[in-house]
Amino acid sequence: MRETPIGTPIRRLDAISKASGTQMYLSDYRFDGMLYSRMVRSTVARGRIAAINMPPLPDGYYFITHKDIPEGGVNELYMIKKDYRCFAEGDVRYIGETIGLLVGPDRGVLLDLEQGIVIEYEEGVPSISIEEGLACKGGPFVGDRNLFCDFTIDKGNIDEVLAKAYRVVEDEINTGWQEHVHLETNAAVAEKEGDKFIINISCQCPFYVRKSVAGLMNRPFEDIIVRQTTTGGAFGGKEHFPDILAGPLLVAVNKIGKPIQLVFDRHEDGAFSVKRHPSRTRFKTALDKDGNILGMDIDVVYNAGAYESCSYVVLQRGVFHAAGVYTIPVTRVRGRAVATNTFPSDAFRGFGAPQTLFAIEVHMCHLANELGIDPLELKKRYFNKKGDITVTNGHINDTVVLSEMLQQVMEASGYAQKAATYKPGSGKGIGISFYNHGGAFTGNGEQMIIKAKAKLHRRADGIVAILVGSTEMGQGLQTALAKIVARVLDVDQDRVVYDNPDTSCVADSGPTVASRSTMIVGKLLERAALEMKERWEEPGEIITQAEYQHPEGYPWDQSTFQGDAYITYGWGVCAVEVEVDPLTREVITKGVWSSHDVGVPIDELVVKGQIHGGIIQSLGYAAMEKLENTAKKGFKQVGLSDYIIPTSMDFPAQTATLVHNPYPYGPFGAKGMGELVFNGASAAFIDAVSRAVDTEIRSIPIPPETLTELMKHGA
Amino acid sequence: MVREIQFRLNGKDVSVICDPLKRLLDVLREDLGMVGTKEACGEGECGACSVLRDGAIVTTCMIPMGAVQGCEITTIEGLRETERGKCLIEAFADGGAVQCGFCIPGMVIAAESLLASNPHPTNEQIRHGISGNLCRCTGYDLIVDSIRLASERGNGLW
Repeated sequence: MRETPIGTPIRRLDAISKASGTQMYLSDYRFDGMLYSRMVRSTVARGRIAAINMPPLPDGYYFITHKDIPEGGVNELYMIKKDYRCFAEGDVRYIGETIGLLVGPDRGVLLDLEQGIVIEYEEGVPSISIEEGLACKGGPFVGDRNLFCDFTIDKGNIDEVLAKAYRVVEDEINTGWQEHVHLETNAAVAEKEGDKFIINISCQCPFYVRKSVAGLMNRPFEDIIVRQTTTGGAFGGKEHFPDILAGPLLVAVNKIGKPIQLVFDRHEDGAFSVKRHPSRTRFKTALDKDGNILGMDIDVVYNAGAYESCSYVVLQRGVFHAAGVYTIPVTRVRGRAVATNTFPSDAFRGFGAPQTLFAIEVHMCHLANELGIDPLELKKRYFNKKGDITVTNGHINDTVVLSEMLQQVMEASGYAQKAATYKPGSGKGIGISFYNHGGAFTGNGEQMIIKAKAKLHRRADGIVAILVGSTEMGQGLQTALAKIVARVLDVDQDRVVYDNPDTSCVADSGPTVASRSTMIVGKLLERAALEMKERWEEPGEIITQAEYQHPEGYPWDQSTFQGDAYITYGWGVCAVEVEVDPLTREVITKGVWSSHDVGVPIDELVVKGQIHGGIIQSLGYAAMEKLENTAKKGFKQVGLSDYIIPTSMDFPAQTATLVHNPYPYGPFGAKGMGELVFNGASAAFIDAVSRAVDTEIRSIPIPPETLTELMKHGA
Repeated sequence: MVREIQFRLNGKDVSVICDPLKRLLDVLREDLGMVGTKEACGEGECGACSVLRDGAIVTTCMIPMGAVQGCEITTIEGLRETERGKCLIEAFADGGAVQCGFCIPGMVIAAESLLASNPHPTNEQIRHGISGNLCRCTGYDLIVDSIRLASERGNGLW
């Protein structure tokens, strides 16, 4: 009998409870004696706090600040670095920085109290944009150059190549802020159980939350228990940001002793939460007289905002993806994360790769325009193939099947015929983009930093429980991991359970980020399940565990960024067809076609959902999700009336295909894919619009008013 | 100022004493403990808090209690007990409509509202029918497919 492929869809474990409304999210829970809270935040982008004038607090109401941090605790939230403060102290660096937490039993009273607080500032001169940050407007506030990090990777000698080039083409591509808009806003309830602090929280990484607050509370990790509540979307927005809620809440619980809830409303979540890094990428590309690319000098700057958080890591991923899916003979990539007085930028699906992948795709189109050829013809010449040297002087280890994927997209979209027929400026255009995403943590991070563990428990009732810190946030991980375990054990799917993690009960399988969970944690669970299967006949309970083992033969030096930045990549091709209204400049998307290499899909329907959702987010990023920031007011588009995300009417039904390309170190051949699917559609969309209006576009997003301006004045 | 407001909720008579300006959403979630209806935007943009009022879809974050007097309100808690609701929930599960799930109770309400007036909608009509409900996860395609699946399976239910 032929076994069903692993990818054959099953019903998601969480589908019925969510569709029927029985699934509880954080704000649905009530705790005995629970108090509510509101954050009090900085209203200026830069300055010193001269005075905090409080209205009288009624009985049972509290205002928690840095002064309430427990003895021996430090005013910090330990993310990658320890630079992010829990509470502003003395100065403020951005609009929205936490100053204190108002706590009490009635939310109406809390709102009135918040409005009665008058904070006096000695205002400084803030820097908001990348240019202002680089120019140290108002004086530097991080080091002497406002740079959190500045590094360069070389492959060959770009200066020599530029010096002897027949011609050099320069370009600059910019991308804007993007808000996650997880439909569930940030939310947490902290409480005390005996001597332990409990934080129930909508988050991606319960062990990150625990780590971030241990120094603040001056407690060992074991004294802080993080329980993930069912998370209504995250997209990176709940990777480090939950720390910002957890810290003040725990300080307050320590003082007050009762459960305290903090739930952001949508406007707070829009105005006062982390965003995708804005970027500026500059190219100097050396061409020979036949139009061959000899080398690229790439300068990448990300706007990191006021604290580093994970910006250095985001920037590394951006830099390592800067040449896209192309093997360019000689490259230099410089990356800088600049400090500005804006809300700190942070993780967002793609984690730095979307910005540089967008830039290289658009730049390749501009090069093709210079050379008078179809962008596709230029791009195809430089496709990565197995064994090619990367920008970090490592290797492409995958068998790259971009040509096969391209063929699928060409056939589905009719690209060749449409590209030939739709004349530049005709109002119709089709564009195409290529992209990849390095799987799991960069370099040897899985081995050196994460050291993931996974645990399986066959309970006395015969049910097998998955005990890992990895979280379901909508991406389908519970289903994928439970499927892997059930398949290996050869038991019915309903014999495997996977509850939301509690850090006191589960193994630390690392954060739910970097498209690593199916590929890395899934593989660990596969191994743990294999061991359990061997011991299956033992009576009673069985516990098996697995720890991460790095495959041999993929060298990486984290101090020089040399070697295999990623052992494997997911790969993607996307085509988008548009029509542009000649009067209103409204862009109507007529078709979206894609092909992806995710290794082997663990569940084809889950993967399909990720592809369609990721592509729409990417199209929103390019087309409509305008987010402005001003020195006086901070983010301008903060509610869903102003910050425009795609509706069901904005883009047509997609056609998405997969190629099977098993990855030897992934469970059943699976690779990461959750971020990959965000990385390319924006560039295909912009390629299509550029052709339709015969105007080069160098900045996203391009809502109709921006496109109108661009066509009036030129790029 | 408070006053008594009477309405029918999921087929049962209900009476609450509250400020007539209080949001229906808060009465449902906090006073009546019906937390299947979600709040996501608070300004009538996203549809996560949708219910049916006299059969028509409304966003409860925009409905003051004064506008509920004498009305028939159906929430996801009521709909899920009906044959139509069960058909929709099963179709959403089988069609892959559910990811993070936060928008989904509102989407199920929107689907019910659509199919009640148009039992066999085209894909374009489905897209129009859910255009007041935002979803950040799915890109909508699998929600559209799932509603079509419900329409096919539930032949005669609507």
